[in-house]
Amino acid sequence: MNILVCVKRVPATGSKIVLTADSQEIDTRYLGFTISPHEECAVEEAVRLVEAHGGSSTVLTLGPEAASEQLRDAMALGIDSGILLETDGRDWDGGATAAAIVETVRQREAAGQPFDLILFGNESADSGGFQVGIRVAHALDRPCITGIKELKLAADRRVGGQLTAAREAGGGREIYQLGLPAVVTVKEGLNLPRYPSLPGRLKAKKKPLERIQPRWPGNTLEKIRLKLPSEAAHQVDVLGHGPAAAARAVEVFRTLGIMEK
Amino acid sequence: MILALVEHDRGKLNPLSLEMLTFARRLAEPLGGPLEAVLVDPGAGPLAYGLAAYGVSVVHLAAHTQLTDYGPEGWAQTVVELMGALQPALVLAGGSERGNEVMAHVAARAGLPLAANCLEAQPGDSLVVTRLRWGGSLLEEARLGGATRLLTVAPHALVAEPTANPSEITIRPFTPNLSARDLRLQVTGRVEALPGKVSLAEAPVVVGGGRGVGSAEGFKLLEELAGLLGGTVGCSRAVTSLGWRPHLDQVGQTGTRIAPEIYIACGISGAIQHMVGCKAAKHILAINIDPDAPIVQHADYAIIGDLKEVVPAISAALRQAGPA
Repeated sequence: MNILVCVKRVPATGSKIVLTADSQEIDTRYLGFTISPHEECAVEEAVRLVEAHGGSSTVLTLGPEAASEQLRDAMALGIDSGILLETDGRDWDGGATAAAIVETVRQREAAGQPFDLILFGNESADSGGFQVGIRVAHALDRPCITGIKELKLAADRRVGGQLTAAREAGGGREIYQLGLPAVVTVKEGLNLPRYPSLPGRLKAKKKPLERIQPRWPGNTLEKIRLKLPSEAAHQVDVLGHGPAAAARAVEVFRTLGIMEK
Repeated sequence: MILALVEHDRGKLNPLSLEMLTFARRLAEPLGGPLEAVLVDPGAGPLAYGLAAYGVSVVHLAAHTQLTDYGPEGWAQTVVELMGALQPALVLAGGSERGNEVMAHVAARAGLPLAANCLEAQPGDSLVVTRLRWGGSLLEEARLGGATRLLTVAPHALVAEPTANPSEITIRPFTPNLSARDLRLQVTGRVEALPGKVSLAEAPVVVGGGRGVGSAEGFKLLEELAGLLGGTVGCSRAVTSLGWRPHLDQVGQTGTRIAPEIYIACGISGAIQHMVGCKAAKHILAINIDPDAPIVQHADYAIIGDLKEVVPAISAALRQAGPA
C-alpha cells in the first residue's frame, strides 16, 4: 500500500490577521508556519495505514523552499519520504496546483512507483478552494470522496483493496465504498494525530526529499486583493467579576428569552 | 441564463439552496437571462414546483435508473451535460459539503476555474467575486474567468427571499447519459442521527469550554449548565487535541459552525479559527479570567473570573430562579 499525502504550508495565524500594505498577502513577518488540522489528520492516517498494511508513505507539498519544513515535520511523524514541488513563492490556484501534482504522480507511476491512495485535507486552511483533490482524481481517473471522518481499508490483494469511508451528514453519517486506487479528502476528527518524538525528528532529517521545479501553468481564478471582513463595532457588557456576577447572567438569559425554552 | 444546482438529500431540500437561488436571481437580472434549476433524482420531483417562488422558470429534472442515491460524479456529469445543451453564463450551487464537492467535479470535467464560497459577485466583462478564505476570517476579491463561470455561495451570505413576481414554471424531465465511471461512487449506507438529540449545529444554547476548563472532568460543570438551559456542550480545538472531548464537540473552522441564541464561552481565548465557528451565534457570553482575551473583545457579555467558580454559581442561581 503506497500512500501519497498532500499538504500545504500556511501561516499559523493567532487572534488577528494582518495584511501586507498592498493587500496581496498576509503579513507573516511575526508568524510561524504550519499545515491545516485536516492535513495533520491525513498525515496521521497515512502513517497508521502503512503501519497496519505495510507499504510506504510519501508527503508532497507545492510551495517555496521553506515548505520543506512542513515535509520534515510530517516525516518526523513517520512518513517515509517527501516531494517538494518548489515554487518561487507566488500563489498557485487550485487548477494549477492540481496539474503539478498530477504530473508528479504520473512520473512516479511511469517509474514503477504508483500510489494506491492519495490523501488530501478537505480544503486548504488559507484559500479554502475545495477542489485540488477532486481535480487530481479526475485527471487520474480515480474515484474521490471528500470530507471523510472515518476510513477503513479491507486489504484484498486480488482487487487491490476496498475502502469504506464515512462522512457527517445531517447529524448522522453517510457511507461510501471506493475501490483502489482512490483519492480521499479528510477532515479533522478522522483520528487524533500523534506528537513528534525526538528520535522521529532526528530520523526525519535523513529521509529522502525530492525537489521538483514545476512549470506554472497560470491561474484561472485571479486574486485581485485580500480584505478583512468589516466588523460591526460593538460594546462588551461586563456583567461583573467572579461568582457574584451569576445573578446578572441569569437576568441576561431571562431578557434574551432563553429560560422560557 | 443561469443554471442553479438545487441540493437535496432523498427529497429533503438543503435550505442553503434557497439562499443560493436568491443570490442567483439577483445576478440573473443584470446578466439578462432566466434562472433555471437542475434537480437530480431520486426523491427530487416533489421539490420542483416550489422553486417557482424563488424565481426559477425551468426545472431540469434528471433521473437515471442506476443513480439510486447521491453520487458526486453522477450529479456532476448531469450538470456538465446540461451545460453543453444550455450554454449557461453561470452555474452555481450552495457552499455546502455536497455543493462544493459536485461543483469541483464539474470544474474538473469542464476544465474551468471554480470560486468556492462566494459572498458577492459583480457581473462585468469578467465576474468579480468576493469569497471566503480562512473559513471567513479573511476575504478575497478575485476575477473569475471561463466561458461558463462556476461558483458556490457561502452559507448564510444572505437571507433566502422568495421573489415578488414568481413566473410560470416548466418541468423538463430528462435522463442524463451517465457512464459506469459517473455511477461508481454513490452513498451505500447511512448511520442516521439519534432521534431527539440536539446537534451542536442546531442547539439553541451552547456552553463551550477551552483549555481553561483544565481537564475532561472539568466539563461536568459545563454539562450541568448546558442541561439547565436546554443546550449542549461544545469546545475549542485545544480541548479535542488534548483528548478531553470528542471532535464532534469542536466549534471552529475545522469543526462545527454553531448558530445558537447564546454561546457561553468558558475559558476559551478566542483564536480566529474558533471565532469563525461561533460568529453566527446571536449573543456571546465570555467567562474568562483574562479581561484582555480576544473572546472578551468579541463578546456581548463578559464575566471576568475563574470559570470553576463562576459556572457553578450560575447553575445555582438558575436552580434558585426556577423556570420562568
